[in-house]
Amino acid sequence: MDMDKWTFGLTLMIVGMGGTFLTVWVLSLMITLLKKIYPLARDRGEKKNA
Amino acid sequence: MLDSTVAGLSGMLAGFNFLFQHGLPNVIMLLIGGTLLYLGVKKEVEPLLLVPIGFGCVLVNIPLSELGEAGGLLKLLYDMGIANELFPLLIFVGIGAMIDFGPVLENPKILLLGAAGQFGIFLTLLLALALGFAPLEAVSIAVIGACDGPTAIYVASQYAPQLLAPISVAAYSYMALVPIIQPPIMRALTTPKERVIRMGAIKRSVSPRTKLLFPIVVTLVTGLLAPKGLPLMGTIMLGNFMRECGVVARLTKASENEIANVVTLFLGLAIGGTMEGHAFLKPETMAIFGMGFVAICLDTVAGVLFGKLMCWLTGGKINPLIGAAGISAYPMAARVVHNEGQRYDKRNYLLMHAAGANTGGQIGSVVAAAVMLSVLKGMGLI
Repeated sequence: MDMDKWTFGLTLMIVGMGGTFLTVWVLSLMITLLKKIYPLARDRGEKKNA
Repeated sequence: MLDSTVAGLSGMLAGFNFLFQHGLPNVIMLLIGGTLLYLGVKKEVEPLLLVPIGFGCVLVNIPLSELGEAGGLLKLLYDMGIANELFPLLIFVGIGAMIDFGPVLENPKILLLGAAGQFGIFLTLLLALALGFAPLEAVSIAVIGACDGPTAIYVASQYAPQLLAPISVAAYSYMALVPIIQPPIMRALTTPKERVIRMGAIKRSVSPRTKLLFPIVVTLVTGLLAPKGLPLMGTIMLGNFMRECGVVARLTKASENEIANVVTLFLGLAIGGTMEGHAFLKPETMAIFGMGFVAICLDTVAGVLFGKLMCWLTGGKINPLIGAAGISAYPMAARVVHNEGQRYDKRNYLLMHAAGANTGGQIGSVVAAAVMLSVLKGMGLI
């Protein structure tokens, strides 16, 4: 791909920082989801039943 | 007889002859190697790395030793583990095995501070381009701002191997200087009222199953969004999965102790072995050190400013100081934030919250590097 250095730098900055935030935001959503699916209390309850 | 004796003695004096005739760069590098050893031993600045790096630097700059040339020990170590990126990845398995992601799992929003703390990488990229570095060199220099030695080595060894030595020395040196670099920036960007915000105790809310699934989810999500960085994230999460699953204690202990120790020694020696005077002493080296410093300052600025934004959005529930821990220097940055908070309120315990941001920074730095590599791949530059 042919581009000057400023186009390259700005593109990488915008897409890179945006991509980093997007990925991290998705991860935080996944953590929240995991915590909802496997709450601490349920894990303890399972151990008690076992 | 006399001739052969003189010839034999001249062989012993060849090293001195070389030093006197054209060995000024070697002499300077011997002094730099000595300084690294002094910092590591006497000042205990990242001694596990600076001692082998310093010693490797001394070894490679002793004239005519050929340790850094084909077949020499230091070149062998370089080819064995840096040229093919093996050493930084093995270190990452150990780091994953050592890190408890519990604090960030307790409060997932804090993970965003780990992304904000990477902003310096991208601004430094522009700075490096402005100073005339080639695009891939600029990317490698910018990654110093990840405050993450193995990531910096991984990227530089692939895309700017000629700059590996200054980049890795800068990355590790600045990580050690975090307690000096960060506090003035934190004070300049926060108000006295913000610095004393108490965040309260963290309630334990994460189940063992969530902790076990977390490394798998992270590997899948980042692997799909930024596949070029999967070696980095995959190895760190492998280490963490072994830690959390609890059934491979021997492997976990080996990863965080024996393997990490042996690889750290080899990695340090190999990096020191790249610090040969004629290759290292260039204006670019000073520029890289300068940009590394700027990168870490900008990371801190971005982290604290994002912390202020989160403070405002949450109605003052988040102390902006913890934003400074959104860099990857783990656990040093978290301790710096805690100490800074206690300077203004002895009863303010920010450590666990800062540790959350700091582990978020560990993830954020790898994500930023992974995203950058994937974008470069998309642009067809790698």
